[in-house]
Amino acid sequence: MAEVFFFLAAIGAIAGAIGVVLVKNPFYAVLALVGHLVSLAALFLLLRAEFVAAAQVVVYAGAVMVLYVFVVAYVGGHADPIRPAGGPALKIGAAVCAVLLAVELFIAILGSGLKAIDSEGAPYVPGFGTPGAIGQLFLTRFLFPFEAASFLLLMAAVGAVVLARRRGGVHSADEPRPIVIPERRPVGTGTIREAVDGHTETTPLLGVPVAARTGESVDEEHVGR
Amino acid sequence: MNIGWYLTVSALIFSIGAAGVLVRRNPLVILLCLELMLNAGNLALIGFSRMWGNGDGQVFAVIVMVVAACEVCIGLGVIVAMYRRRLPIDVDEMRELHG
Repeated sequence: MAEVFFFLAAIGAIAGAIGVVLVKNPFYAVLALVGHLVSLAALFLLLRAEFVAAAQVVVYAGAVMVLYVFVVAYVGGHADPIRPAGGPALKIGAAVCAVLLAVELFIAILGSGLKAIDSEGAPYVPGFGTPGAIGQLFLTRFLFPFEAASFLLLMAAVGAVVLARRRGGVHSADEPRPIVIPERRPVGTGTIREAVDGHTETTPLLGVPVAARTGESVDEEHVGR
Repeated sequence: MNIGWYLTVSALIFSIGAAGVLVRRNPLVILLCLELMLNAGNLALIGFSRMWGNGDGQVFAVIVMVVAACEVCIGLGVIVAMYRRRLPIDVDEMRELHG
């Protein structure tokens, strides 16, 4: 029975991988990767890695792929080439490289001296691969990598926000800039300074940057850098 | 099933992912192919973990998933920044650092 499940899952995983590479539209490539990940989770289950399989489905096929789908929708998944990809020489070269890599890996696997590769693995102990076992490893032996991973995730999140935020300088000429309409504020309705010392003789314009009021140009040297 | 079968599948997926990185020019799809390669590594790690009867490989696989999530995060951020700057979403066109 395990053989049937293994071959189903393996065929699903390899077909998904081939789909990711060959499908033109990035959106369908993401969907193929979701299928690949779910098949791979089945393989993990066959290897008795329950927690990793669950994390694979929830985190990878769920969260990360949703991120991909959002970005594909935002960027607008053009079917790939603007001009045809690199010519036939590149494609043939890439295929040859991949086949050579596969042959090399097969030689490394099949010619290795590891005797246990031809076995079903170590005898199964109840509790192997459960969330409890993994959690215990994470909180005892691998505590430092665990904390480092959380810190790494934090840095990646902050870095992604910094990378993808809208900067002041990237407005192009045809993109409308927000127009700020100056408006006069009624006397005695605004600032703390007025409240403290009754300083009400000036009514500054709202919504205009300070530099613009004093006559300096704020825009010119920052645009396009 | 013998562990060797899992390693064979892992090697195939890794090679397919490498071919995809070489062939495709859309950075989104290149990131997807990188995911394929990382997942092939994960499969091998979990296979070896089963072979040893030891949970360390699974912990390593989870850490690889964390690193993959970070890589996706940063990569997609770069792609969105490219799109914002009206640069072509094509790795062959991005050759300013080419020398």
